[in-house]
Amino acid sequence: MVVSVAATGSETAETLHATFFSSRYVRDPLPRFRMPEQSIPREAAYQIINDELMLDGNPRLNLASFVTTWMEPECDKLIVDSINKNYVDMDEYPVTTELQNRCVNMIAHLFNAPIKEDETAIGVGTVGSSEAIMLAGLAFKRKWQNKRKQQGKPCDKPNIVTGANVQVCWEKFARYFEVELKEVKLSEGYYVMDPVKAVELVDENTICVAAILGSTLTGEFEDVKLLNDLLVEKNRETGWDVPIHVDAASGGFIAPFLYPELEWDFRLPLVKSINVSGHKYGLVYPGVGWVIWRSKEDLPEELIFHINYLGTDQPTFTLNFSKGSSQIIAQYYQLIRLGFEGYKSIMENCMENTAILRQGIEATGRFEILSKEAGVPLVAFSLKDSGRYSVFDISENLRRFGWIVPAYTMPANAEHVAVLRVVIREDFSRTLAERLISDIVKILHELDTRAAQVLKISSAVAKQSAEDGIVTKKSVLETEGEIFAYWRSQVKKKQTGVC
Amino acid sequence: MVLSKAVSESDMSVHSTFASRYVRSSLPRYRMPENSIPKEAAYQIINDELMLDGNPRLNLASFVTTWMEPECDKLIMASINKNYVDMDEYPVTTELQNRCVNMIAHLFHAPLGESETAVGVGTVGSSEAIMLAGLAFKRRWQNRRKAEGKPFDKPNIITGANVQVCWEKFARYFEVELKEVKLRDGYYVMDPEQAVEMVDENTICVAAILGSTLNGEFEDVKLLNDLLDKKNKETGWETAIHVDAASGGFIAPFLYPELEWDFRLPWVKSINVSGHKYGLVYAGIGWCIWRNKEDLPEELIFHINYLGADQPTFTLNFSKGSSQVIAQYYQLIRHGFEGYRNIMENCHENAMVLKEGLEKTGRFNIVSKDEGVPLVAFSLKDRSRHDEFEISDMLRRFGWIVPAYTMPPDAQHVTVLRVVIREEFSRTLAERLVLDIEKVMYQLDALPSKLMPPTLPAPLLAKTAAKRTELETQRSVTDAWKKFVLAKKTNGVC
Repeated sequence: MVVSVAATGSETAETLHATFFSSRYVRDPLPRFRMPEQSIPREAAYQIINDELMLDGNPRLNLASFVTTWMEPECDKLIVDSINKNYVDMDEYPVTTELQNRCVNMIAHLFNAPIKEDETAIGVGTVGSSEAIMLAGLAFKRKWQNKRKQQGKPCDKPNIVTGANVQVCWEKFARYFEVELKEVKLSEGYYVMDPVKAVELVDENTICVAAILGSTLTGEFEDVKLLNDLLVEKNRETGWDVPIHVDAASGGFIAPFLYPELEWDFRLPLVKSINVSGHKYGLVYPGVGWVIWRSKEDLPEELIFHINYLGTDQPTFTLNFSKGSSQIIAQYYQLIRLGFEGYKSIMENCMENTAILRQGIEATGRFEILSKEAGVPLVAFSLKDSGRYSVFDISENLRRFGWIVPAYTMPANAEHVAVLRVVIREDFSRTLAERLISDIVKILHELDTRAAQVLKISSAVAKQSAEDGIVTKKSVLETEGEIFAYWRSQVKKKQTGVC
Repeated sequence: MVLSKAVSESDMSVHSTFASRYVRSSLPRYRMPENSIPKEAAYQIINDELMLDGNPRLNLASFVTTWMEPECDKLIMASINKNYVDMDEYPVTTELQNRCVNMIAHLFHAPLGESETAVGVGTVGSSEAIMLAGLAFKRRWQNRRKAEGKPFDKPNIITGANVQVCWEKFARYFEVELKEVKLRDGYYVMDPEQAVEMVDENTICVAAILGSTLNGEFEDVKLLNDLLDKKNKETGWETAIHVDAASGGFIAPFLYPELEWDFRLPWVKSINVSGHKYGLVYAGIGWCIWRNKEDLPEELIFHINYLGADQPTFTLNFSKGSSQVIAQYYQLIRHGFEGYRNIMENCHENAMVLKEGLEKTGRFNIVSKDEGVPLVAFSLKDRSRHDEFEISDMLRRFGWIVPAYTMPPDAQHVTVLRVVIREEFSRTLAERLVLDIEKVMYQLDALPSKLMPPTLPAPLLAKTAAKRTELETQRSVTDAWKKFVLAKKTNGVC
């Protein structure tokens, strides 16, 4: 009689019946810097990564970011379905390509591009405003170089004029593409680019002037109309034709709905290109931006690559090649789902909740509001009295409650001003605004109490040592305090350069 | 008695989408609509139109991954709203990126000490990675020339004519001259000897490709290194190598570990690889690794100082999604070395099955090598009656997307069809493809040739010589158009 013997390897039992948390995978350390030799089950890989990611911040409580953190489930479904489509395969995915073209045209019309009825807009989808700005800057640089070569003049020292409040991608553009960045310094109380000073800085080597609609730091809209008028004047006097680029990364999807009378876009004749982030108030997850040119003349043909598939010529002008299609489809979804009225309602809600937050913060009596009421829906505020603690302390303490509210110093020449900034996105409801205010009030109370205690202790120690007549060594608390203050001052030399 | 009347216009949200007016009205294509529409309608409209896109998994043109495990899909959706650049808010995601960089650097034998961290960055794809690497070379070369007091206004880069279009983009956008080594019939990659001959004092680097786009071949990086070493000794220049391992970087370490192509060669200073090709991640991720800190000029790096934490960054893009970085990490720890090796071995085997199936038909020349990226590039032995473009067209009817391309100069007379074998292309599919290609050949054989006018028997010819028939006129118009379009077709495809 043959007795069959079942395989009794403990390995088998473990893989068949073990839950993840009873398996050896929770005991083994994963290699951090070298690929592991063996494979592991997919459930184990999922659980390990998922668990470690629990310690990331909650994206929806990240009040630092303008970038969208919530979309409707229907859109999530479309995103999942298209996640394996490589956007650049235009021949294989013609519908996706067409959706991109439709988005470009819709946005161009939103910006009043001077397109005739049967003309198509000139523009492209990008990974974000950084790529969009680099493409726009490249176009300006090449146009300027061609013009200079024609005139027989040197074209080796191009420069671009912006405010010191620019987002870091302009500095990147300048450094990587070898263009000099001429920054208009800010001043206390005036945190955007001054058009008068900007036009003064313009010279024959200026490839363009970049204005920002929706400054990163305070949400303010720069006066593009004034810039346009002054620049028209200067161009007439000098015979140059320096154009304008509007960095509408945030403002591009706000101004047309909330301030339709504000002239900042292609209605102004010197504005030749505009970029906007689809993933900010375009209401799409991170990974999509748009750049639109006024007309074909503003985009030098030599920069465009033609990919010829059998019978169809598709011109492309992007830095990235392969990338996912999901965000383009999501942008189209938002444009047709919400339409003009939907975007307008959302922006109005954001502005209302911003007003609630601003009033609540003002009501504490401890803060000064630096952001204006018109502009991107955000509240930037600084402490009236930074003697005992600073906005950086408040920012740290808010983390304990789950909120991520960043604190920054202003760029030159206003580096002594430090602000907290809360960005109001689509998914920041009134309830959350009221909760944030009450948490800020709690923190102020805590910090006041703590500061008073420190004062009491150190003055008690000083009194004691004076009475004892001893030249005391510094108390532990004082030394600690000094070290802390020194470190704090080092760290506070914080550069701006945040989105 | 009051009769209650129901509201005659029923609530719109009750109607199913296909019963509603939304499927009757035409959506504006070029202007934003004025009004909102229900989300279900928006979803359905877009979903339905997208049905007419090609099926990504049958897209045999692309190296880019089209399938991942459901567990990974879950991780991807959970992180789709995380903005990767917010390093302070998402420290774990940032650390996962750093771990991937280090794992890949070690895979490429970067000369790192035990406690040293690798120098590298995650990008949106190999295009961005190549631009960053090229920028680093350009800046290093400029600094060196300035220090020597020599002119630095005419940098150039040497590549084969088989380079992917992103190198041409880099050259054009960053104002570097592209000096291409021409190909020739039977030799479809960059010849190291010719490349080194073209090196001059203005050369910022030589770019070698591990896994040529057109036929999957690996270039001989070792020979290039040795020849370049000799030339550098003779001239005193320090021309270095960049390896574009977009496809090959995740194949060679697993299938050909003895092949020296990476940082084991002293003149290789940077390498790029696409996470979204054989790194087995969806489109949207690439990696660039530098040999060590000296190879990446400090002035190109931006320091973003959050409270207490200094994070250096060197990328062209700023905000972007985190999903692909997390997915890459998932793949690296899920599969490990053995998993990647098994997958690559499977791909290679299925490529051989496909190749042998095609060879058996007796109608094709195989242009790709056995070693290299798992793909099969093949051309017709006899192009007199039909060409590869027609085969490509007809395969579409069966659902397959198989592209046909002409080779770059100086081999433009050679046209190939190319099938890329990805992770999820099973043997069953390979056998089915061979069958369908045979069907297509059979159908084409029965069709009159589109390339040459039909030869009629002599008596008939005499009769019809007088007036061109309508069919003939149409045919000659089609021929002219087709020749025009074929001439325009370049090989600028990924």
